[in-house]
Amino acid sequence: MKFPKGMLEFTEQESFFRSPIGGLWMASIKFVLCTSGDSVKVYSTRTEEWLHSLQGHTNQVTGIALNPANHLQVYSCSADGTVKLWDFIDGILIKTFIIGYPLFAIYVSEKHEGIGFQLVAVHLPKSAEQEVEAKELSAVSRHISPNPSCTAFGREGQYIAFARNLQLNVYFFRKQKTYSFSLKATDKKGAKNAFTCIACHPTDDCIATGHEDGKIRLWRNFIHKKEYTYSTQHWHHNAVNTLCFTPEGTNLLSGGIESVLVQWQYGTGNRKEFLPRLGGSILHVSTSSDGQLFCTSHSDNKITVIESSFKVCGVIQGLVKGDAVLTDLMIDPRSKALVLNGKPGHLQFYSLLRDKHLYNLDIVQQEYIYEAGLDQFEVVKAAFDIKGYWLATVEERGQKSSDLEFFLKLWSYDERTQSFVLNTTITAAHTDRIISMCFSSSEETTMLVTIAEDGQFKAWCQGVDDQNFWSCDFVGSYHNLKPTNCSFSADSSLLAVSFQEVITIWSPDTWELLTTLCQPPGVIRDLCFGRLSCSKYLISTTTRNLLCCWNLLTCAFPPRMNIIIIYSAAMFVFKPNEPRPLFTHKNVCSEKIHRAVFVPREEPLNNCDESSQWLNRSQLYFLTQNMDLLTFSTATEEDRMLSSSTRLVIDDSVAVTPFYLLLGKHRQQQQKLNTPSHQAADRPQQPQGSVTITEEMESSEQEMNSEKEEEDSEGEMEACDSQQELRVQGSVDEVTPKLSKAQERELKRVRKTDFSWMAGLIASKP
Amino acid sequence: MASFKPTKVQFLPKLGEKVTEDTLYWKNYKSPVQIKEFGAVTKIDFSPLAPHNYAVTASTRIHVYGLHSQEPIRSFTRFRDTAYGGSFRGDGKLLVAGSEEGLIRLFDISGRVALRQFTGHSKAVHVTSFLSDGFRVVSGSDDLTFRVWDVPSAVELSSITEHTDYIRALAPSKLNPDLFVTGSYDHTVKVFDMRSGSSVMTMQHGHPVECVLLYPSEALLVSTGGRYVKIWDLLKGGQELVSLKNHHKTVTCACLSSVGNKLLTGSLDRHVKVYNSSYKVVHNFDCDASILSMAVAPDDEVVAVGMTNGVLSVRHRKHKKDKETLTSRRRRGPSYRVFVKGKNFVPRQDDFLVSKPVKQYLRKYDKQLKSFEVSKALDTALQTWTRTSKPEVTVAVIIELNRRGTLKNALAGRNEESLTKILNFLLKHIFDPRFSRPLLTVGDIVLDLYRQVLHQSPVVERQLQRLMEVLGREAELQQELLQVLGILDTLFASLTPRKEVLWEEHCPMSLNNHCVSVSSVSADVCRI
Repeated sequence: MKFPKGMLEFTEQESFFRSPIGGLWMASIKFVLCTSGDSVKVYSTRTEEWLHSLQGHTNQVTGIALNPANHLQVYSCSADGTVKLWDFIDGILIKTFIIGYPLFAIYVSEKHEGIGFQLVAVHLPKSAEQEVEAKELSAVSRHISPNPSCTAFGREGQYIAFARNLQLNVYFFRKQKTYSFSLKATDKKGAKNAFTCIACHPTDDCIATGHEDGKIRLWRNFIHKKEYTYSTQHWHHNAVNTLCFTPEGTNLLSGGIESVLVQWQYGTGNRKEFLPRLGGSILHVSTSSDGQLFCTSHSDNKITVIESSFKVCGVIQGLVKGDAVLTDLMIDPRSKALVLNGKPGHLQFYSLLRDKHLYNLDIVQQEYIYEAGLDQFEVVKAAFDIKGYWLATVEERGQKSSDLEFFLKLWSYDERTQSFVLNTTITAAHTDRIISMCFSSSEETTMLVTIAEDGQFKAWCQGVDDQNFWSCDFVGSYHNLKPTNCSFSADSSLLAVSFQEVITIWSPDTWELLTTLCQPPGVIRDLCFGRLSCSKYLISTTTRNLLCCWNLLTCAFPPRMNIIIIYSAAMFVFKPNEPRPLFTHKNVCSEKIHRAVFVPREEPLNNCDESSQWLNRSQLYFLTQNMDLLTFSTATEEDRMLSSSTRLVIDDSVAVTPFYLLLGKHRQQQQKLNTPSHQAADRPQQPQGSVTITEEMESSEQEMNSEKEEEDSEGEMEACDSQQELRVQGSVDEVTPKLSKAQERELKRVRKTDFSWMAGLIASKP
Repeated sequence: MASFKPTKVQFLPKLGEKVTEDTLYWKNYKSPVQIKEFGAVTKIDFSPLAPHNYAVTASTRIHVYGLHSQEPIRSFTRFRDTAYGGSFRGDGKLLVAGSEEGLIRLFDISGRVALRQFTGHSKAVHVTSFLSDGFRVVSGSDDLTFRVWDVPSAVELSSITEHTDYIRALAPSKLNPDLFVTGSYDHTVKVFDMRSGSSVMTMQHGHPVECVLLYPSEALLVSTGGRYVKIWDLLKGGQELVSLKNHHKTVTCACLSSVGNKLLTGSLDRHVKVYNSSYKVVHNFDCDASILSMAVAPDDEVVAVGMTNGVLSVRHRKHKKDKETLTSRRRRGPSYRVFVKGKNFVPRQDDFLVSKPVKQYLRKYDKQLKSFEVSKALDTALQTWTRTSKPEVTVAVIIELNRRGTLKNALAGRNEESLTKILNFLLKHIFDPRFSRPLLTVGDIVLDLYRQVLHQSPVVERQLQRLMEVLGREAELQQELLQVLGILDTLFASLTPRKEVLWEEHCPMSLNNHCVSVSSVSADVCRI
């Protein structure tokens, strides 16, 4: 079996600043830069829009630093061993320095400026710091912490301070000497003294250090090794993640896991201001060069822009990076947005089409306590009904401990506010954890079925005795077996519930047990009915890596349908009638794939190549372990995307004028709408500022068209997906080749498996 | 930046009747005024004229009361034996009453002596009434006859014997002076037309009829008897419309409210029930003794109920005026003007709007939770008023503290007084299925924290003893419930032998879990 290579490729969806370390720089009052994968993204602070990205590195960008000599230029360093100098407003690469070692951080000092002359502190894998002067490295120290915020340049670049564990080192360039100061491992009170971050005062000889236990120490007089002093201030109750002095040095900003930005007044002891509840834990703080704006980056993939008066004035939000995606990837049928876990206790709606975070829906509705090790409520399950009018969520707390608390909540869509509002909270839906749930897919009555570890499945209905809320309609069980999954057929006339190794088929109208299907050995893991013309098929996967397809009617000629199985790094596409896979793709990506979802396309592609035909109606999105969102795209699509993206860059690199601000958003939207069609490439480029009314009208037409197409393609989403996670854990490099072999073997086994038992079963049925 | 999210208090829906307009209307009565009569009150009739005095027939006399007086305005005492069925004429000037000895007396409302006496019945006359022309009186007697008398000449116009048992119910038509409805202990209800001189319609009630009632439109007829109240459609030839069985003893009386024509029935089971237009019970008045008679004043001002123990209970309607006098005593808050100040300002087109952040008002415990003062927040939630009238708030704060992992800190370091407060709360609410889970956790933590010092305080020790007792009792109860559940399960299983899946009740299953935790805590208490 050979498949043409290069037909299908992975393109990476936006997930900004993949590497959260050192990735944020406030360029000026107008722009904020952050690293994102192998590029640097430029955002506007006013409109919170993504302007463009600086692309050119071949590996992950690990650090960026503003050129102190020219505030319109920025240095970026990457793990590919190069440092690049960019003009970030126009997005033009000015210079490339090849260093030859993977770089882990970059620090730039003003004093050593000159043409082609900058100071770079490099962390090598062997953890030595080296100084680059026109491609000549000179090692400063070998004791560098892998944490890049543990290094900083001092006043006017006279010294460099770096810390590792319990030792603070200061290297003076003039004297070519290193002084080191160390703290005791533990205080009497059991405090942890390890350094976590360093900041140097811009005009004073003062180094601020943050510590593991939340203390901030201000070191002075360190020029003389014996006479150094430090003062201690303590507010954070956990490690200080980042420290930053304002450009004038009047204030010190600090942040940590508590998600509170603290502003300490320099030199006045204990006076401080707080900005609480910013989002995820603060990873990085940066100030604009005039001190008017601060910005913080958070662990949940967010940048907050804060005025110097301590008011939040903007939020740039990417795909929220939660701790884990416990809910599957889902598609909101109404907005076609991707829905998954976001902020703790929230569901996020992420538009794939516009590649933009839409909003967070607060599910738990409780104050989030930023404390390490606290057992929080998490949204573990969510399901939409077919029209997107109802959303069911399950939140859970106490997964680890014995007393499990969980709530089943039902949300209805409010047309007026354009969001979901809470309709019913069910406190004790089951006596044990809810494993899975699904909505019936019929148009007129909505019904929710939940299955739980207490061996029961329950059907919930709305509007029993004329009330608006939901209540239990039916409780069923099967021989006290533990249910594993459930699924409604396409017309909602059948409900399949799998109990361990048995599939039971129920009629939701009368709640009669219609039939039971016995699975070959192995506990059933996933269960799914076919859609459209394949609605008579029921597909199940077992823990023994077996995929079974049941025909619920007599065996007729099976039409097209696709099943995707994703093992940890390989993917198989099947037709239901053939045991041989239609398409395989090994080594999809280096990380383990956790979830996958089919997203209906705006308009079906007319790709006649058999191996990629299954992508015609919908796109497949993957979520990997590191919360990277990937998708499959065909070669033709790729070309189109490239052409349109270059256009975007040119358009957006124009300076931000008020007129642009007015029309910028609109234009971007319009261009993104154009991307799927061929028109975008053909259309002559309009000069900036001459956006005419005719064009606007055109775009509105475009929008209307696409809406229609959306309606057409709605409900035509064929295929169903099911994923499997491999249980083998290990480092990525080791596993990948081994896995592919394992998969191959598995595949061979599947091919060899005798399917006669299945034929017998089908034949036996009337 | 998100604002502080206040503690979510879980309000669980109350079981039982829903609150509707009708229930609110009928709840709006003052507590009853009790007037003691000499014997069982058999009949109450309101005068149709403006002051709406009412005649109460009890024992050997008829008292006429004013709407708001507790002393009779007038009493008619010239009866040698028990009087029955005193009722007003349509102009409210004459009153007619039967008696045990078979005499029917007619009184002028302002006089004292009977104007007329009708003799002819051989047995007790229980029901008398004027026909709607006001010149004739109809009476029903235990001698199985009913007779029509002429008022001016005091002669008997006709006597009809169609019933085969005592006649105990009578309702003249208000629209037609020749029509009236009678009910008898022979289980029938008959409609008579004086023009034909015989019954024109007969309905089988099925039980001895105690009372008949015509709707103002006279298309519907109500008959009560036995435990049943039946509504008949006269226009469809006496077809039974509804049969109501809401009382568990004989229904003795029925009447209609004048607002909305709601049906009220009173019964020997000491309840007055109010039905809505679709004949669902919307309200229930409880009385001290079996009810024999009942009447509602025009505009529903007064509901008067007569009982077997000779007590007349009169309920007056509450009015808004009464309420105002109550509220005026209370301290008045800031005036409306203060709240709307500047809020109704409409900006002009060229005004530049500077929005003011809306201030978030938090409860006291939320403020304390916001600043992480956990012990204080628990104290606030345990304040007497909150604890007694809104236990769900207290429990919500406890749940919130538990979620934050600081419940132990909040419970620690308390003195005897505040510990008794917590234990009292536990004693009161630990069995409430809504609260038991968090409160059991509290119990566990309290025991863990104060194990060493418990013996120093006799008060706390006594409370723990009580807690142990009630927990033991609860555990036993749960055990019994589980046994019942087991019995039910086998019954269900035997009922549906071929079905593989059982229909199970949802609620009892949750008991199981609950029971285990209760017993674990009670075991804990025992150890101490």
